[in-house]
Amino acid sequence: MDSLNLLMDGFGSILTPQNLLFAAIGVLLGTFVGVLPGIGPAMAVALLLPVTYGLDPIPAFIMFAGIYYGGMYGGSTTAILLNTPGESASVMTALEGNLMAKAGRASQALATAAIGSFIAGTIGTMLVAFFAPALASVAVEIGAPSYFALMVLAMVSVTSVLGGSPLRGFIALFLGLTIGLVGLDLNTGQTRLSFDQPLLAGRIDVVVVAVAIFALGEAFWVAAHLRRSPVRIIPVGQPWLSGTDLKRSWGPWLRGTAFGFPFGAIPAGGAEIPTFLSYITEKRLAGRRGQDEFGRGAIEGVAGPEAANNASAAGTFVPLLALGLPVTATSAVMLAAFQGYGIEPGPSLMTDQPELVWALLASLLVGNLLLLVLNLPLAPVWAKLLRIPRPQLYAGILFFATLGAYASNLEAFDLFLLLVLGLLGLLMRRFGLPVLPLILGVILGPLMEFRLREAMAISGGDVSALWSEPLAVVIYVIVALLVIAPIVVRSVRPAPAAVAQDLDLSVDEEEKVR
Amino acid sequence: MNDRATVIVVGWSPDEFGEAALARAVEEARLRQGRVVVVNATRGDALVDDRYADEDQLARLATELAASGVEVDVRRSMGADVGDQVLAVAGDVSADLIVIGLRRRSPVGKLLMGSVAQRILLGAECAVLAVKPPH
Repeated sequence: MDSLNLLMDGFGSILTPQNLLFAAIGVLLGTFVGVLPGIGPAMAVALLLPVTYGLDPIPAFIMFAGIYYGGMYGGSTTAILLNTPGESASVMTALEGNLMAKAGRASQALATAAIGSFIAGTIGTMLVAFFAPALASVAVEIGAPSYFALMVLAMVSVTSVLGGSPLRGFIALFLGLTIGLVGLDLNTGQTRLSFDQPLLAGRIDVVVVAVAIFALGEAFWVAAHLRRSPVRIIPVGQPWLSGTDLKRSWGPWLRGTAFGFPFGAIPAGGAEIPTFLSYITEKRLAGRRGQDEFGRGAIEGVAGPEAANNASAAGTFVPLLALGLPVTATSAVMLAAFQGYGIEPGPSLMTDQPELVWALLASLLVGNLLLLVLNLPLAPVWAKLLRIPRPQLYAGILFFATLGAYASNLEAFDLFLLLVLGLLGLLMRRFGLPVLPLILGVILGPLMEFRLREAMAISGGDVSALWSEPLAVVIYVIVALLVIAPIVVRSVRPAPAAVAQDLDLSVDEEEKVR
Repeated sequence: MNDRATVIVVGWSPDEFGEAALARAVEEARLRQGRVVVVNATRGDALVDDRYADEDQLARLATELAASGVEVDVRRSMGADVGDQVLAVAGDVSADLIVIGLRRRSPVGKLLMGSVAQRILLGAECAVLAVKPPH
């Protein structure tokens, strides 16, 4: 019950008017960016990274946590009302959610998504509070070789498991690792990839990279596709749930949480697999009960995946806090925020910065509650946001992006870098390269190099030291499986990715994916 | 009047303003034995535009128009300025009359948002008829 006491202390430190205000700003901002497709919580946190220069860590992370959860809630609103899932995690929610909305049950769909998110997020955060310290206490013992292996695992899993094309993922990852290399070698003081430019020798600021890739890249991409046929929004009233809906939602909420949390907590992360598992489980259970409404707007098909999505988001805090390993774009940018404060996330974070960690966890719970309280009544307002014309919206984003990039070093050269990397972001979108591996490479790359150097220094340059620890060997085996398994599966059977888009999931195909 | 049929262009949107304009345009077309060109345009720069008709609304429009017995052509377009798109169609079909629905605007509102109606009034080569929906 030690964790519980510490969590209570965390509540004690965040329940001040100022911190609650930041929590409210965070969830509102998060929902705002989540509702608008193309703008996500990762971009919002990246744009807000410069506030870390003037704000204490605790209020800043309270706000970021609010944005993280708020973004997910907003994403499900858009998925349900427009059938435009903003991210892969809400694809499953969109399937049944939009059908429900079309059948005039938009309010119930939004309500079950909101309450399911709340329940899954709360349970997930409590589980983080219990698992993360335990994992951290084990992780302190991990040597540099195993740590290096863990980082390789996180990168490989994010790159090859998530997203459709491993090749594209690896291209993005290596682009990110290369950007992370630019500048002064922290061990030897040599400059690398700086082209004799003194301004590049000072390393490229993570803020500049994140803002350029998320904000500028997206703004350029939108500018290139400014006019698109508007889609019809389904009018929505006050979200509410009847007793029957509530009874039908309970099971899916809890089962979705059970699917989501473990997938978020292992550094292979991602919400695509658990939301999909939750969806097909609910569909099968509904079929067994003989009241299969799937394909006509089943509330179970919204409640389950939405809970799985949020539980997995909560789960990603386990590797982030205990190991310093981010597996989602937003948590990668949050890791950069930790670094901005000079805090090194990792096994020692729990012992070095206990107030911060427990305040963060408590703020996740508070943010979750605020989301429920604010968003149930505000749903019709959020739907209105979709009418904002893109030029105005992206002008604002570009303004904050430029301000943020300049504010980080007060260096005009950063604006040039911002532009160049922004164009890279545009090209990545053009050629379908995922953004997450790049950001992970930029942020995790230098940390990984540090561990590699450490391991090499201890072994005196003997490469075999990298697999001298049993844990490292186990992790490399998993990495190898992650790389080989999809190739084998793909050569034996066609890719299951298309199945997700197919409304008429046959039992056959479901088996294949499992 | 020359011998070709009168062409009436109507700026239409699926709301009360569009309905008022369309009703009047059909009435005028009957009176002058002309045909109606319905223009439904959008800037297409927001995710949702309520004034751009969806499939259901277009189908409803088609049935309404078929019942009216007037020769009708529906055009949809996307571009920087909705007013310019109506004018472009008007020029294209050599319109004799443009019918638009007018909304009440405060001077400040007009300053901030611009006005499709004003753009059409200033730029039109032919007569423009502005109607307001009944209260």
